[in-house]
Amino acid sequence: MSVSAFNPQASVFDSFSGAVDFIFSPRDEVGVGGEVGGLGQVAEFLWTHVWISALALAVAVALTLPIGVYLGHRGSGELLAVAIGNAGRAIPELALIALMIAFVGVGVLNVTIALLILGIPPILTNAFVGIRQVDRDAVEAARGVGMTEFEVIARVELPLAVPTIMGGVRTAAIAIIATATIAPLAGVLTLGDFILNFNVYGDDGLLAGAILVALLALVVELLLAGLQRLLTPRGVMLQREAARAAA
Amino acid sequence: MEVGTAARQEAGEALSVEFREATKRYPGADRDAVERLSLEIPAGDICVLVGPSGCGKTTAMRMANRMVEITEGDIVIGDRSVRDRSPAELRREIGYVIQQIGLFPHRTIAQNIATVPGLIGWDRARAEARAIELLELIGLEPELGERYPAQLSGGQQQRVGVARALAANPGVMLMDEPFGAVDPINRERLQNEFLRLQADLGKTILFVTHDIDEAIKMGDRIAVMRIGGRLAQYATPAELLMAPADGFVEDFVGADRALKRLALMRVSDIDLWQAPLAHVGQATGEVRAKLHGAEVPYALAIDSERRPLGWLSDADLRQETVPARPDTSPDPVLDERDVMRDALSDLLQAETRYAPVVDGEGRIAGVLSVEIISEFLTSDEALTEEHSAAERPLG
Amino acid sequence: MVGALVSVVPLAQGDGFFRERDEADCVQSNDTVCLDWALDNADRYVSPTLEHLLLVGVSVAAGLVIALGLSVLSHRRRWLMPAFLATTGVIYTIPSIALFLLLLPISGRGTTTALIALTLYTLQIIYRNIVTGLANVPDAAKDAGRGMGMTDRQLFWRVEMPLAVPEIIAGLRIATVSTVAIATLAVFAGAGGLGDVIYTEGVQAGVFKTAIVVGSAIAIAMAIAFDVVYIGAQRLLSPWRQVRPV
Repeated sequence: MSVSAFNPQASVFDSFSGAVDFIFSPRDEVGVGGEVGGLGQVAEFLWTHVWISALALAVAVALTLPIGVYLGHRGSGELLAVAIGNAGRAIPELALIALMIAFVGVGVLNVTIALLILGIPPILTNAFVGIRQVDRDAVEAARGVGMTEFEVIARVELPLAVPTIMGGVRTAAIAIIATATIAPLAGVLTLGDFILNFNVYGDDGLLAGAILVALLALVVELLLAGLQRLLTPRGVMLQREAARAAA
Repeated sequence: MEVGTAARQEAGEALSVEFREATKRYPGADRDAVERLSLEIPAGDICVLVGPSGCGKTTAMRMANRMVEITEGDIVIGDRSVRDRSPAELRREIGYVIQQIGLFPHRTIAQNIATVPGLIGWDRARAEARAIELLELIGLEPELGERYPAQLSGGQQQRVGVARALAANPGVMLMDEPFGAVDPINRERLQNEFLRLQADLGKTILFVTHDIDEAIKMGDRIAVMRIGGRLAQYATPAELLMAPADGFVEDFVGADRALKRLALMRVSDIDLWQAPLAHVGQATGEVRAKLHGAEVPYALAIDSERRPLGWLSDADLRQETVPARPDTSPDPVLDERDVMRDALSDLLQAETRYAPVVDGEGRIAGVLSVEIISEFLTSDEALTEEHSAAERPLG
Repeated sequence: MVGALVSVVPLAQGDGFFRERDEADCVQSNDTVCLDWALDNADRYVSPTLEHLLLVGVSVAAGLVIALGLSVLSHRRRWLMPAFLATTGVIYTIPSIALFLLLLPISGRGTTTALIALTLYTLQIIYRNIVTGLANVPDAAKDAGRGMGMTDRQLFWRVEMPLAVPEIIAGLRIATVSTVAIATLAVFAGAGGLGDVIYTEGVQAGVFKTAIVVGSAIAIAMAIAFDVVYIGAQRLLSPWRQVRPV
């Protein structure tokens, strides 16, 4: 395979400063002609990486969340929810993309579908578990004061399940971003191109790609953690803090 | 419950426990959790710490095995200060029972019971034998030793909790609301079983509860505590009920304290009055003569076995001889082993002033009246006449 | 796909020449999965599979040992726990392919780098589960243990850890199954494994379908096999959870 052997003489510091340099300033291609690297190309790949991930995540949430919440509310389909969650962990992302390339084909649409499939298991499982774990007394009390089933879900179960549901969304987001890294295999040029096309970008590009992907994942995780805080009702937050303090 | 002789012989020697101005102050708290608590608990007694929640009773109890460290003062068990002992070693010599039981879910019942024997290095065979012996002592099938806690009912688990505390024959036991999580019917059963057990074991017991009725039932001595861990009164149940030290204690023991006092005694504990007795067929003239100056102004007809037949009315006494069927029924006939509170209740329900009291064979022993009871309650006797907790009537 | 294969197989039986030619054709045309070819060349998948097992086994075992060490430390010094959780959480967030490559300048290409990265991943799952397991130990059991004179160490190893075993095994199960999947990416750290079959022999070799399917199938089968083993281990190691009240 065409991955770098990494120059053993180069110091760790040199490697990383080379990668940082690759991000900020364009340079000549390792092979023949053209320029690679630099903020322009980084921005282009980053944008593709972000929008295809965001699209896949949004569709996965839109398709899966209602099903998970409904199953959790009904308390049925536990085996299904758990089995899909387990299957999601067992299927290697590399295998998913490779199988797609081999039997479905390449291209933006296929990649988006593969990514959103990858996002489904954690969202479904966490939505199911989150709703299921809501204090049954609170649900009974809600019915007792005359809420309809829809109101029970919207006003009691969903708010109380926010932390668990968002945990699933975060896991899905990270899995999608990670897998989008190998999307260039299927012809979609994300940040992973720096990693996979070593012949073009060289050692510095490879490491730069790794740094960018890692940063992107961390930033998205932080943003979603912030979103989770915003969505979590204050009472639930206080309850969790109290439980933590007690432990 | 059968108590095996083996358990009796093996019972560890009970030790006295003395709190000497024991104080607990938590850092940052504006007042002491327990303030200069002094208590002397004679060996073999049950001392109940009772008070409203937050009064520091559990903290005080937990200072005795150093689950809570003493800030000032001391606690002496036998003749050794607990402060001179390593906490782990000390705790292995003190039985410990808590409301939530705290059985180890991953260990079998027998393994749970054998916890302390395991910690102090008994060999496996001895620990196992001890576990089986204790299972029998608390009235559970030895086969239950193989089960896990989740397979036992709440009452069974609570008994196992007590057995586990007894495993290494501690001289002293700490019991923190041990029957608090059990339903009232089972609680009473467990209390009674425990008192019977204690009659044989004679441990020194510190017993914490918030329930004054449980305190009165279980305690040889009761320490009533008020918020801030201060001792309000330390007394026997009778003294507490008849002479509360102050308004706080009076409120805490409740408005029905006289009735509670009566629940601690049997009819035989009181000096009964005597009614003139009339044998069937006896000349009524002799009976009328006895009525002059008698404690009870009515004559009671008895049969040849001295069993009460009924009260003689004026009409009965106008006959030649005492009739076999007097006009007035003797009911209610009380047993001298009855709990005094129940006897009073019978008297009041029957709307009679006097009730004959019979012994175990049904023979007349005396007469009880509401007056006797109220006189008793205002006498010094009510303060002192007392059974130990293990010998009291089980209500 | 399977139907086409089955129709070819009877013809090929007993005739070495045709059989070889059919297989060669199949590989040549790359229209479908060449199961016969794969079976005849099964030996070429043995060492990637063993490499993969090694990567998973060593990293999960190392993760367990390190996570246990961390949990002992954070049990004694509570303030360490949030720090450990945050650190392992951040590492877990970094996509695996990026982590493999970020380690390249530090630990070089090869199995060592892959093992470091995979171990770091398992750490988050296993440590979090140990922490949860320990937190779920009933307070009453801890209080009773202490009250009967257990030292902190005895309480930890005789009561708290055994009661956390189901959670720990659940963590190992998730960690192992995830690691089987993630380890396919170890190919980017030059550590071989089934990723070598899927990526190098499959995707890079002109999208050779047989290699992609066989590599993926072995990885998924391995994950399922581990899952089953763990379910058994869970039953075996926590008998008190199997009982029903009578």
